[in-house]
Amino acid sequence: MPNILVVAEHFNGQLRKASRSALGAAGALAARTGGQVSGLVVGYRVGGVAEDLAAHGIPVAVVDLPALTHYLSESYAPVVAAAARAAGATWVVGAATAQGKDLLPCVAALMGGVCATDAIAFTGEGQEVLVRRPMWAGNVLADVELRGEIKVVSIRATEFAAAEKAGLPGSVKALPVAVDESAIRTRFIAFAGSGGDRPDLTEARVVISGGRGTNGDFSEIEALADLLNAAIGSSRAAVDAGWAAGDLQVGQTGKVVAPEVYIAAGISGAQQHLAGMKGAKVIIAINTDPEAPIFQVADYGVVGDLFEVLPALRSLVAASQKQGT
Amino acid sequence: MPLKILVTSKRVEDPEALILVKADGSGIETQGLSYRINPFDEIAVEEALRLKEEHGGEVVVASIGAADCVSEIRVALAMGADRGIRVDHEGPLDPGMVAAILQKLVEGEQPDLVILGKQSVDDDQNQVGQILAQRMGWARATFASKEESLESTAEKTRQCGLRLAADGTSIRVVREVDGGLETLELSLPAVITTDLRLNIPRITSVPGIMKARKKPVREIQVEELGIELQPAVIVRKLHSPSKRGGGLRVKTVQELWDKVHGEAGVL
Ligand SMILES: Cc1cc2nc3c(=O)[nH]c(=O)nc-3n(C[C@H](O)[C@H](O)[C@H](O)COP(=O)(O)OP(=O)(O)OC[C@H]3O[C@@H](n4cnc5c(N)ncnc54)[C@H](O)[C@@H]3O)c2cc1C
Repeated sequence: MPNILVVAEHFNGQLRKASRSALGAAGALAARTGGQVSGLVVGYRVGGVAEDLAAHGIPVAVVDLPALTHYLSESYAPVVAAAARAAGATWVVGAATAQGKDLLPCVAALMGGVCATDAIAFTGEGQEVLVRRPMWAGNVLADVELRGEIKVVSIRATEFAAAEKAGLPGSVKALPVAVDESAIRTRFIAFAGSGGDRPDLTEARVVISGGRGTNGDFSEIEALADLLNAAIGSSRAAVDAGWAAGDLQVGQTGKVVAPEVYIAAGISGAQQHLAGMKGAKVIIAINTDPEAPIFQVADYGVVGDLFEVLPALRSLVAASQKQGT
Repeated sequence: MPLKILVTSKRVEDPEALILVKADGSGIETQGLSYRINPFDEIAVEEALRLKEEHGGEVVVASIGAADCVSEIRVALAMGADRGIRVDHEGPLDPGMVAAILQKLVEGEQPDLVILGKQSVDDDQNQVGQILAQRMGWARATFASKEESLESTAEKTRQCGLRLAADGTSIRVVREVDGGLETLELSLPAVITTDLRLNIPRITSVPGIMKARKKPVREIQVEELGIELQPAVIVRKLHSPSKRGGGLRVKTVQELWDKVHGEAGVL
């Protein structure tokens, strides 16, 4: 049976939402291939994460060791490979997060398997299942066949519904795997969080992104984000300039977001940027240049100066929130 | 401690170009497309050159492809790389095949560091560095970046973002990860893949281009490497993504509000 192993990811002791989408994707895959879905949690003091994952009604293996305190592909990949073998998995699925993209190709390499990045859908049945994934900044979608005993896929979390909790939780079992620390040649030194208490960019209902048009002044974007409990995003230009943290870059080579509302302020709409936000339900563009390509994808375009439009929008939002409408 | 560094230089379609799928889904329309070095590889070449300028050593640039990809090797040579290797290959390549070829080059060249782009902007797979590191059993760090912005003095004075230890046995890498920046220390030899914020690549100069013409580029056939390659990621069909509607203009912020709040009910 082609079983499916979902590799879960956690941050600050919490199961990441993207991993619930990976679980959703695994369910969609299982409907085409047959086979059992099970989960894997790797880390240190991750029992709670494993319980949370198992609450979705799947059996979960957990490898909980001090040597796995910090994620390193060098130490995690062999653990995932061992768990995949133990589960009889021929498919290994995870979210295409920074960690997933780093880890999953290593798992495939270790198992002599094949890997596809950023799956957005599955088509076909049984042995003939194909993986649909974007290429050329999302200008092209490719249906690819993965030829190999072990197939490893990172999925784009915005394209799969997150799995729901089940009535009956699955089991949690510790998997006996040892980590040979002396063989690890990569050392964790430090993590500097870009911080803030805003919602996660990839999970927020509303995202407001600023580009070069902000000229480095994100204050109006922040003020509106405060009011709407929105996440802040950015174009590459604004990140390169040091106006926004690197992990706020939306686009082909940054984050892919699909919020209910995406507000692009002072962003021209280069295809590399569009690749990261085209999936938003409603796109609002604010740009002084009526010819800016962002207007072609925007549901609502305002030709104007963001430093006038954003404050005006903010007072309308504030007034409406006050009235409770 | 001089460093021997292997970098990659893939030939890709100009990222500014609009890529269109052929009507039968068998490939992309290549007519009128221009090509260039994969932007992430260009950053890899730049970082390798800075390391060489600081510590001494040699930068070897490799590309896999048909005869025309020698022009992307020449770009890296014009930037300052010392010599090139082109592995001759026609037809589709997947990340596993590329990593298998690079592994052979690495075994032959025995560099201290391999620096590659984190992804190429054509197939967007983001896998080769990871697979290569795993196959070699080397230390590795993907998505190399730096703390300073690209407009900082550190960048203007072209400092290395990758920091070699004084004893030359390890290197520190700041990585762009979800939620912030992570610092790793890798024992050499190691594999590093570059993200956008690592550096701004230098522009090639006319003397650089002249010099590059005289630099050696070795050609190797895949068969000479003693490996058999079979694609494992097989592209069956290409599609164009569905176009997003849109294009509605609103004249005033009040009108915007009436539409998004009143009609769509989303804000
Ligand atoms: C390999 C590669 C990968 C890339 N990956 C990404 C990626 O992941 N994400 C990404 O975003 N980009 C990416 N890019 C860069 C992309 O091509 C564009 O250069 C970038 O998105 C431009 O950012 P921008 O829209 O902020 O700046 P610009 O294109 O300079 O646009 C600024 C806009 O602001 C408007 N403006 C100016 N002042 C105001 C004002 N006061 N009020 C309102 N509007 C104003 C201008 O009219 C203009 O349209 C990548 C490029 C390459 C080559």
